[in-house]
Amino acid sequence: MSAIAPTPTSIPAPSAHGAFPVPQPLLNDFVLTVATVNGSGSQSANAVLFRAIFQMGVPVSGKSIFPSNIQGLPTWYTLRVNKEGWIARRADVDLLVALNPESVAEDLRALPSGASVILHSDLKSMLKRDDLKVHIVPFGELVAQVCPEVRLRKLVSNMVYVGVVGWLLGIELEEIQKAIVQQFGKKSKAIELNRNAANLGYNWSAEHLQNDRMLQIRRMDANRGKILIEGNAACSLGFLFGGVTVVGWYPITPSSSVIDNLAALLSRYRHDPETGKATYAVVQAEDEIAAIGFVLGAGWAGARAMTATSGPGISLMAEMAGLAYFAEIPAVIVDVQRVGPSTGLPTRTGQQDILKAHFLSHGDCRHPLLIPADPKEAYEFAALSLDLAERLQTLVFLMSDLDLGMNLWSAPRFAYPEKPMDRGKVLSAADLERLKKFERYRDVDGDGIPYRTLPGTRHPLAGYFTRGTGHTPAATYSEKTADWTENLDRLAKKFRAAADLLPAPVVEVESKGDVGLIAYGTSDMAVKEALDLLRREDGDAPGYLRLRGVPFSDAVRRYLERHRIVHVVEQNRDAQLTTLLRMDFPEFASRLRPLLHYDGMPLDAKSVVQKLRQARA
Amino acid sequence: MPSAPATPPATAKAPALNRAGLPLTAYRGLPSTLCSGCGHDAITNMIIRASFEMNLEPAQVAKLSGIGCSSKTAAYFLNQSHGFNGVHGRMAAIATGVNLANHTLLNIGVSGDGDTASIGLGQFLHMVRRNVRICYIIENNGVYGLTKGQFSATADKGSTLKRGEVNEMDPIDACALAIEMGCEYVARSFSGDQKQLLNLLKGAMRYDGTALVDVVSPCITFNNHEGSTKSYKFAKEREEALHDVTYVPDYEPFFADYDHGQTHTIDLPDGARIVLKKLDRDYDPSDRVRALELLSRARDEHLFLTGLIYHHKGGPKPLTKQKKLVAEPLATLPQSRTRPSREVLESIMDSLS
Ligand SMILES: Cc1ncc(C[n+]2csc(CCOP(=O)(O)OP(=O)(O)O)c2C)c(N)n1
Ligand code: SF4
Ligand SMILES: [Mg+2]
Repeated sequence: MSAIAPTPTSIPAPSAHGAFPVPQPLLNDFVLTVATVNGSGSQSANAVLFRAIFQMGVPVSGKSIFPSNIQGLPTWYTLRVNKEGWIARRADVDLLVALNPESVAEDLRALPSGASVILHSDLKSMLKRDDLKVHIVPFGELVAQVCPEVRLRKLVSNMVYVGVVGWLLGIELEEIQKAIVQQFGKKSKAIELNRNAANLGYNWSAEHLQNDRMLQIRRMDANRGKILIEGNAACSLGFLFGGVTVVGWYPITPSSSVIDNLAALLSRYRHDPETGKATYAVVQAEDEIAAIGFVLGAGWAGARAMTATSGPGISLMAEMAGLAYFAEIPAVIVDVQRVGPSTGLPTRTGQQDILKAHFLSHGDCRHPLLIPADPKEAYEFAALSLDLAERLQTLVFLMSDLDLGMNLWSAPRFAYPEKPMDRGKVLSAADLERLKKFERYRDVDGDGIPYRTLPGTRHPLAGYFTRGTGHTPAATYSEKTADWTENLDRLAKKFRAAADLLPAPVVEVESKGDVGLIAYGTSDMAVKEALDLLRREDGDAPGYLRLRGVPFSDAVRRYLERHRIVHVVEQNRDAQLTTLLRMDFPEFASRLRPLLHYDGMPLDAKSVVQKLRQARA
Repeated sequence: MPSAPATPPATAKAPALNRAGLPLTAYRGLPSTLCSGCGHDAITNMIIRASFEMNLEPAQVAKLSGIGCSSKTAAYFLNQSHGFNGVHGRMAAIATGVNLANHTLLNIGVSGDGDTASIGLGQFLHMVRRNVRICYIIENNGVYGLTKGQFSATADKGSTLKRGEVNEMDPIDACALAIEMGCEYVARSFSGDQKQLLNLLKGAMRYDGTALVDVVSPCITFNNHEGSTKSYKFAKEREEALHDVTYVPDYEPFFADYDHGQTHTIDLPDGARIVLKKLDRDYDPSDRVRALELLSRARDEHLFLTGLIYHHKGGPKPLTKQKKLVAEPLATLPQSRTRPSREVLESIMDSLS
C-alpha cells in the first residue's frame, strides 16, 4: 500500500463561520449517492453496500436512477439510511461517490454546502468548490494492485469504493465481506477478487483519509426477520405460489424481470418430480397483442394465466381487454408503470396508467385494479389477482411501478398462502348432470357473476359459444336492446361485487380533524414520513387512508363523508385516481384536492410537506 | 299413396351413428346467416362431415375464429363444442393459449383471408412458426365480405372489384408463407371440390401440429363477377388438382394397392394415413423448394392448383412438446401440483434474508 503516493488525501471543508451551529454527526440518518456510468457493473457494488448496512440492522433503501440504455450513460444509485425507518427517496445528498466523468461537474455543483465527496483522482480537476469535504481516491492505481487482469478492472474498482465508503461510514468490514458472499453466491473467484478489492479500499482509506465521523452507521436491530427483494421478484413469487399455469409476455422495461424471475422459479419448482414434466408454460410472444391473446385463450380454456408489461404494451392490449371484459374471461396483466406517453421515460417511475388500465378498451368497460405499496403486497396481490380473475371471470390489473418493481426493498418475510386457490364458478360434467341446465351468462346467484364450463368437459350441455358481440344469458347471439342493456347492467353489478373482494383500504394514520388524505401504491412511504414531519413541526397533519384497489368499497365513501377536505396524492399529472373518485362519488367531488408529483423520480416526503403546507395556507 | 302404417316400417332406419355413437346431426351448428350461395357454407358442411366421419368427440374440440363472415361460421358447426369467436386477426394467439392450457383439445380454427393475411398475418406466421396444434382453415374469397367487399391481401394482381377497381399488387400467399415458417401440412382446396376438401380436412384434423387448409371460397355478393379470380366460374374452370387425395382412417385396412411411383402415402398420428394418387402432374409434396417454386409459378401464371401442396416432417416439435408439458391439461391441474410447498417458500425466504 505504501507504494502509492500519499498525496491524494482528504480535504476538509473550511470550518463553519461562527454564526453557524456546530454540525451534529448524522447517525444512521443520511443519503449516499453513487454516480457511475451505466453498464460499468456498479449494481453489484451498490447491492453489497445495501446489504452490509441492512445486515447491521439499520433501515435502508436503495433507488437506482438509470438511463434507457445498456452501457455508457450516467446512472445514479442512492442509498438512504434512516433510523426511524423513513426510507422514501430524499433528494439532498450527504455523501457523493463521484466516479463518472460525464456527470461529475453537475453532480458536484448540486451538492449542498458541507456535503462529503469521494472523488476519483482522475476527476480532481473538476473540483471547483471549497465548501465540500473531499476524499480523493486513486481508484485506478488501487484496483491494479488487486486485479491483475486489465479486462476486469473496471468491474472490480466498484468494490474498491465499497471499501472506502465502508470505512468512512463505519460499516463493519465483516458485514461487507458477508454481503459479497451473498451477492456472488457460488462464484468463488469473483468472491475472492471482490473481497480483496473491498479490503484494499477499506485499509487504504484507514491509512490515507481523514474521517471526521460525521456520517456514521451504528448497529441497530431493525431488520430482524426481514428479507431483501425487488418488487418484481416479489410479484413473481406471488404468481409461483398462486399457481399460475400459462404465462405469455413480450419484454419491456420495467416489467421484464417479473417474467424473467418467474420463469426461473417455475423451472426450478414446477416440474413434476416423477416425470420431470412442466406444470406451466411460459411463451415469449411476438408482441403484446399476442401475449394477451395467449392469456385470454388460456384463461378461457381454464388455465390461471397472466402477462406482465408496461405502458406501451398496455396500449397494444386494449382490444383484447374489452373482449376479456365482455366475454368474461379470467386474465391478469401486471402493469409495471413507467413514465409515458409514448415511450416516455422508460426507466423512470410514475402512476400514470391508472385511468388507462381501468377503462382499457372501447365501449363501457372497467377492470379491477390491485395496487400494491410494497414487496409484501406485490407478492400477496399477485396470487390474489389469479383468484380474483377466476372468481370474477374478468381481466384484473396488478398496478405496480418502476420504483417498487426494480429497486431492492427490505420487507417482512412472506407468508405461505393458507387459503386454497379460488377457481371460481366452474361447472363440471357431474354438476351439469345434476342441474340439467346451463346458461353461460345467467346471473344465478344474484352477484352478477355467472357460471362457466371449460372446454373438454364431457357433457352435452357443457359447450357454449363465446363472442365479443351482443349475447343473451344463454350465450346466443343477440342484437336486442334489452339483452344488451341487461347484460351491461349485470356486468356493472359484477364490478361492484368486486369492491368487497379486493383488499380493503387501510387507515394508516387516524384523522384528528376533518382533513384527510388518500394515497396509493409507492407514494406510501413518502406520505407517512411527510405526515410525521408535519405532526412534529407544525403540530397538525391530515389523517391518511391508503387505497389498495379499484373499485372502491363502502369504506372509501365513508372516509369521504367524514372529511371536509381530502388530499389525494398521486404520481401523475392529471389526477387520475381523483378523477375516478369524483366519478364514483360525485357528491364529494369538491372535497378532493389532488396533490400531484410527476417528474419521474420516486416521491419524496419534502415535496409532499411543501404541497400540504401550501394547501393549508 | 299408401296409407300410414300402424307401426313404423322396418326400413325407417335409425340415423347412422359413428364410432363416437353420434349421428351426423350432432355435428351441426346453428343455421347459417350468410348469403345463400356463399362458399363458406359449403366449407361448414365439409367440416361437419369430416368431424362426423372422424368420430370426433365434441367435448374434445375447441372451435376458434377471428372476425369476418368466415369467422362467423364457427357457430354453424359442432354446436356441442366450446367455441370462441375472438377479435379480428387474433385467433392465432387465442389458439396458442388454448393449446397451452389444454393440449388434449383439437383446435379447429376458421378464419378469412382478411383475418389471416391482412390484419392477422403476423400472428398467423408466429403461430405456424411455433407449430401450435390446430386445423387452421382459411376461407379465402379475396375480399372482406363482412365490411362489404374491399380487397384483401390475397387478391390476385390484375383482379378487379365489383365496381371496377384493379388490384395492382401481388397477392400474399398464406400457403407459401406457411411453408417458409416450417408448417408441415399445407393444403389448398376449393369450397366446390367437396371430396378433396373433405379428405384434406380430415388429414388436418388428425395432424399433430399446425395444419393449414387454404380454401378458395367465393363471395357470391362481392367477388363473384367477371374479373374476379376468386369467383365460382374462375375456380371451377381453372382448378387443377395436383393429385387425388384420400384419407384412410386407422381402423380401415390399408391396401397398398396403388402403383408404386403413382402414389405418395403420408402417415398421420395413430395409424391414419393420407394417400395422394398421381394425376397429370408428377408432383412430390415433400420437396420444400419445389412446393415454393410451384406456388410462385401458380401466382405468376394465375394457375389454381389444389391438393396437399406440402407435407414434410421437419418442422419444430409441436409447441406443447417443446414446452415439455405434463400429460394432463394445465387448466385442470390440482393445487397440489401447482402450488409449491411451504418448505419451498421458507427456503426462498432464507435465501433472501
Ligand atoms: C380491429 C378491427 N378492425 C376492423 C374490423 C372490421 N372488419 C370486420 S370483418 C373485416 C374483414 C373480414 O374479411 P375476411 O377475414 O376476409 O372475412 P370474410 O368476411 O371475407 O369472410 C373487417 C375489416 C374489425 N372487426 N376489427
Ligand atoms: S358477403 Fe360474401 S363472404 Fe359474406 S356471407 Fe355474403 S357471400 Fe359470404
Ligand atoms: Mg374474405
